[in-house]
Amino acid sequence: MKAEGKVFKYGDNVDTDVIIPARHLNTSVPSELAKYCMEDIDADFVKKVQEGDIIVAEKNFGCGSSREHAPIAIKASGISCVIAATFARIFYRNSINIGLPIIECKEAAKDIEFGDQLKVNFDTGVIENITKNKSYQGQPFPEFMQKLIASGGLVAYVNKNIEQGEKDEL
Amino acid sequence: MGMTMSQKILAAHAGKDQVKVGELIMADLDLVLGNDITTPVAIKEFSKMSVEGVFDKSKIAIVPDHFAPNKDIKAAEQCKLIREFAHDKEIENYFEMGQMGIEHVLLPEKGLVVSGNLVIGADSHTCTYGALGAFSTGVGSTDMAAGMATGKAWFKVPSAIKFNITGSMNEWVSGKDVILHIIGMIGVDGALYRSMEFSGPGLKNLTINDRFSMANMAIEAGAKNGIFAVDEITLDYVKKHSKKEYKVYEADSDAEYEQVYDIDLSKIEPTIAFPHLPDNTKTVDQAENIKIDQVVIGSCTNGRLEDLAVAAKILRGNQVKKGIRVIIFPATQKIFLQAMIKGYIETFIKAGCVVSTPTCGPCLGGHMGILAAKERAVATTNRNFIGRMGHVESEVYLASPAVAAASALTGYITDPRKVTVK
Repeated sequence: MKAEGKVFKYGDNVDTDVIIPARHLNTSVPSELAKYCMEDIDADFVKKVQEGDIIVAEKNFGCGSSREHAPIAIKASGISCVIAATFARIFYRNSINIGLPIIECKEAAKDIEFGDQLKVNFDTGVIENITKNKSYQGQPFPEFMQKLIASGGLVAYVNKNIEQGEKDEL
Repeated sequence: MGMTMSQKILAAHAGKDQVKVGELIMADLDLVLGNDITTPVAIKEFSKMSVEGVFDKSKIAIVPDHFAPNKDIKAAEQCKLIREFAHDKEIENYFEMGQMGIEHVLLPEKGLVVSGNLVIGADSHTCTYGALGAFSTGVGSTDMAAGMATGKAWFKVPSAIKFNITGSMNEWVSGKDVILHIIGMIGVDGALYRSMEFSGPGLKNLTINDRFSMANMAIEAGAKNGIFAVDEITLDYVKKHSKKEYKVYEADSDAEYEQVYDIDLSKIEPTIAFPHLPDNTKTVDQAENIKIDQVVIGSCTNGRLEDLAVAAKILRGNQVKKGIRVIIFPATQKIFLQAMIKGYIETFIKAGCVVSTPTCGPCLGGHMGILAAKERAVATTNRNFIGRMGHVESEVYLASPAVAAASALTGYITDPRKVTVK
């Protein structure tokens, strides 16, 4: 799996309340949520984002609430991948479960700037910065999570296990 | 090698004698929780799974508390959806208005969580039940759906940070001040992916209420869970509220911790988290001359009877400063009733506060107390992110019920030791 796009860059501790403010949580329709994505931290995001673009942030991206609406809004806005130095754990888990590719890479998070053009390979974790002519090695997913993503997220994974009668295996 | 308390609970629920840090396990769940924000998404995912019904009708709890009582038509539709799902799947622990309360206060009160349980909830503050010596953690809606379908969830076994608690707290200091102090010390990602384990001789000086407030905010340090060693105080609470079988897990004496912090309760001062992160803390003496517009006392962090008792003690016979709006929301119907019987509600109303039905409303800027641009609130809630309680230019200062009540009397952030209790 690969992605290519331009970067929206943010700092530390981007929380789920700015990714999708609670006032918009009276719906769970992805296209509706996407209209307000990043609204409280970057009012221009929705106007400027294009299919395939990439969010790069520093540490603890997605901290705060458990709302799956946050990765859903990001994915529905057209973002192909989120790169951060670290992710908050519930956001990390939710992204895997809904199939939003994310990569942890401290070096990339520090070096990449707003508007840079990136190419990302999820299988290897390699992030190429076309603008700066540099590359970074991100943390690829552990094998179990790659299996989970490859089977199309947690729902497909659960169904496959139920059909095969091997619920307990990872 | 020895295991931490969290690791032992995970191992037992995965049918293993031993687990190690980083290991991925599939574990059996004792309870799966959802609310009116997260359950609609879970229902959509659940409907895609090849199962007829839920894994166990008695082990799922659904609580409409965030935008309930319904704040608008869209919220009403979401609440209707989860009500119908609960009815259709014969979920035993669906709590309609009249029985409901803020989920993390309600579930222990109803005896649905006991020591040794493994709980997931589609709400980040699910970590609250660690106060009872349970492993409980917040997840998203898809995990909730898979939990409802299979009774299982995957976990990566966490490492842990130990907090060795000693001493006892001074007057007007509470568990809220202790946890704000700890978050200020380690940062909002200080416990990322890890367990926060609380033990030590000072635990006997922390009430179950203090422990609920502390475990509740473990997520605010990024933790996977916060958990307290089980003692007499825990078992008193558990036995009083539940007939469920509990199990006491103790950390091994040779358990490994990434870090160990000593926390002397007698050194903790009333502590405030300034905007816009819970780790931006200062002691109350450094928070002078901060004018406020609103005070919120309640939430899953501080909406219990003991919290209301502290607020009532300060507000009794006093008047809220003119121009300051004070909203008090007891966390459950039972707490509301007890507060009424004890005279706290009368105290609040006579002092000039409004008392709300149980809801998460104002804490997450949902409804019932939204802030306008440039307005400031002192709140006993758990997050002060940008726009958390309303306008992006509003500000939230997190504090204990004592600081919040004292501030209501002056209109400024105020040290409870400086107000006159009548």
